[in-house]
Amino acid sequence: MAAANGGEPTIDALGQFKLYSLAGPLDFTQSNLMMVVGAALTLALLYFGMRPRAIVPGRLQAAAELAYKFIYDMCIDQVGPEGRKFFPFVFTLFFFVLMGNLLGIIPYSFTYTSHIAVTGALALMVVVLVTIVAIRENGARFFTEYFFPKGAPVALAPLIIPIEVISYLSRIVSLSVRLFANMVAGHVMFAVFATFTILLANSGMLGHVVGPAVGLLPIAVNIALVGFELLVACLQAYVFAILTCIYLHDAVHLH
Amino acid sequence: MDVAAAKALGAGIAVIALAGVGIGIGNIFSSLVSSIARNPTARDQVFGLGILGFALTEAVALFALLIAFLILFA
Repeated sequence: MAAANGGEPTIDALGQFKLYSLAGPLDFTQSNLMMVVGAALTLALLYFGMRPRAIVPGRLQAAAELAYKFIYDMCIDQVGPEGRKFFPFVFTLFFFVLMGNLLGIIPYSFTYTSHIAVTGALALMVVVLVTIVAIRENGARFFTEYFFPKGAPVALAPLIIPIEVISYLSRIVSLSVRLFANMVAGHVMFAVFATFTILLANSGMLGHVVGPAVGLLPIAVNIALVGFELLVACLQAYVFAILTCIYLHDAVHLH
Repeated sequence: MDVAAAKALGAGIAVIALAGVGIGIGNIFSSLVSSIARNPTARDQVFGLGILGFALTEAVALFALLIAFLILFA
């Protein structure tokens, strides 16, 4: 993390997010590799977890069933009975984001959710899908009722309609930036505290003894941060999934 | 003022937003504690909502933090 800059190490917090191709000219980056690993792990959990089909589930089967039920209940609770239709989409989305966040915590791996291109594409997919669902469920009523609620005074239309349209479109930004900023901030924090250790160890404080000893403190902070990042990784995947459900609820029921 | 000093100042000013986020997260958890104290059986439902509110509020802090990082490093 600490790049040698004329002998003096400096904080290079954003260098860890640089993409490089693993397959020469093929443009298959480490980000793509982690996506494949994440998808394979999810499939492996579901396939090997559910293969025994035991009535009293083992540990892996319990994990798979728990994850399934957790997202299923979220869909039904948030969207209503129609949520069953959207369960596969939300489940896939949740696990893709969760795997990206969790795999990124492993040292020397890569967090693909730390790139706005990835989270932006996910958020765009969600909003486009929500719009398609809203039009298919409600037809033209979507445009009249969603952006101008029933019973609102007509005089307020010039004010309400632009606000509703902007808040509808800003979902793409808020959904993608929330996830991306969480991941970037967490990993920058790792890098900054890791660099503190190197800076302190190199500082030569009081005859090269006190510096390295004090340098242990940022390592302790980093260990605590890993725990916090584990929480954030699960929480952000949950938030992404539940916001998708809330948007789907709005699309099906028009507010 | 040279650019490095302006960058450091700008990053410092950008994270003033964290004051509001601190108040917001404090509000969320104080409401969470008092609502669970009033009705402990509602804990499971209320806790999820509280965590969701925490995550949404924390995101505002991270927007500010991201701007600070962009000023400092990008």
